[in-house]
Amino acid sequence: MKVLVAIKRVIDPYVKIRVKSDGSGVEQHNVKMAINPFCEIAIEEAVRMKEAGSASEVVVVSIGDKNCQEQLRTALALGADRAIHIEGATQAEPLNIARILYALVKSESPDLVIMGKQSIDSDNNQVAQMLSAMSGFPQGTFASKIDVDNGFIKVTREIDGGLETVKLRLPAVVSTDLRLNEPRYASLPNIMKAKQKPMEVISLDNLGVTLSQNQEILAVSSPPTRQEGTKVGSVSELVDKLKNEAKVIS
Amino acid sequence: MSVLIIAEHDNHTLSPETSKVITASQSLESDCHVLVAGYQCRDVAEQAAGIEGVSKVLLADHPVYTHWLAENMSALIAEVSADYSHLLMAATTTGKNVLPRVAGLLDVGLLADVVSIESADTVIRPIYAGNALAKVKSLDSKKLITVRASAFDSSATSGESAPIVEIEKVIESPNSEYVSSEITQSSRPELPAARVVVSGGRGLGDKAHFAMIERLADKLGAAVGASRAAVDAGFVSNDLQVGQTGKIVAPELYIAVGISGAIQHLAGMKDAKVIVAINKDPDAPIFDIADYGLVGDLFEILPELIEKL
Repeated sequence: MKVLVAIKRVIDPYVKIRVKSDGSGVEQHNVKMAINPFCEIAIEEAVRMKEAGSASEVVVVSIGDKNCQEQLRTALALGADRAIHIEGATQAEPLNIARILYALVKSESPDLVIMGKQSIDSDNNQVAQMLSAMSGFPQGTFASKIDVDNGFIKVTREIDGGLETVKLRLPAVVSTDLRLNEPRYASLPNIMKAKQKPMEVISLDNLGVTLSQNQEILAVSSPPTRQEGTKVGSVSELVDKLKNEAKVIS
Repeated sequence: MSVLIIAEHDNHTLSPETSKVITASQSLESDCHVLVAGYQCRDVAEQAAGIEGVSKVLLADHPVYTHWLAENMSALIAEVSADYSHLLMAATTTGKNVLPRVAGLLDVGLLADVVSIESADTVIRPIYAGNALAKVKSLDSKKLITVRASAFDSSATSGESAPIVEIEKVIESPNSEYVSSEITQSSRPELPAARVVVSGGRGLGDKAHFAMIERLADKLGAAVGASRAAVDAGFVSNDLQVGQTGKIVAPELYIAVGISGAIQHLAGMKDAKVIVAINKDPDAPIFDIADYGLVGDLFEILPELIEKL
């Protein structure tokens, strides 16, 4: 079984972001970048499937400028077999990303596509679902457990009230939730070996995808700041403040 | 053109989030229709028909829609969508599962987790875990929107009943099948709808100590929440997680106990009206956004607080 893992280069989740003063976006210059945490989980799951013998090849793909090759190399060091960098379309809309991945799905014909449930920058949570729709594949979103079995995949999904399990016919698309696994770290020897692994660069033209603009970001602003709070000295004072000042309890 | 709201329900009761989506749709000043799809869910259609502002309810009642599989549900919604300029759904796990798939089928974009509808084509949505707000204009002819329910009020019932129209369309889902679900039972209020939320974090130490959070919540009639650390440590089930990847709440009162206040947690609760933080570390980032902070040992503070309420 061939597994395709889609990953995204994003601002490191521990960085406190800064909104640009002209409202055009978020400061990306000289900011630490990383693999989106949900994508790390997707890589880990694919590699575990390979280690367990259920996957024969793990192909990792990322879309963006040349810099995202850094994240692809990391994915190779974590155990992916080869990487595909699709050049261009940095910060593209989810619909365009899904179109690009759909073109790749047609040429690579994977049995399973795994990706994170959302990227922590645009917080869209859309690409996996859109890709499934375009390719006609069933989808297992927000997966916290997966089992591949004889042409099918069982996905336990995190839903609002608890958990739900669905059984999907392969090929399918799965998006990962936080509790699917604990991603490993790349070891130094593996980082060295990853340099030898194949990395193919494909342009959008070669994929035959035309992008569209469906959304326009008019402005990016900082959220309103909260009024500064106070520290109270005791439980009695806290209860008193909540009752008489904030009036949120009676 | 009209607005279609896709109702979320358990085949018996319309979800409180759907009621909030109806409120959000009122700013579009169009006819508001509600699609209720499910099995033996006529009760839900009747509840939706009684909500102020709803002028028609579409009911697709068939066993194939029992478990809300994304594959056939999205196909049904795409099929029904032809006459509508806007499709709205709550940004719950169900809305996030289904509506982007509809967008993929219709080849249009989607505006996710919207907190404000500015005009017929422009919305505001948080990005970067709520650390920035993006004003986004949709250029699509059909606008698909998931709504952050906590940013809107519930809608009122009208006392009248809008007509219910049955849809005969039956779409099978040959490639996916529902197996089972494990729904967490709780007598406490639901997290997204609660007026008061009490959340515990890693600071509680173990599952047994987390019971103190539950006792405090019961005293206040509050819902119980948790940080990711508390969920990962097995103190509570994951559907109680508050944050960027869990539930997003905006109650009147949010009490965070033993939670440091990582960016990802703040993303889920920083719009609460009053935030109380109880933590032994005076430098914990949670104090930056708390209206009332109490520095100290939660094992001493919690029993005293429970007693004094």
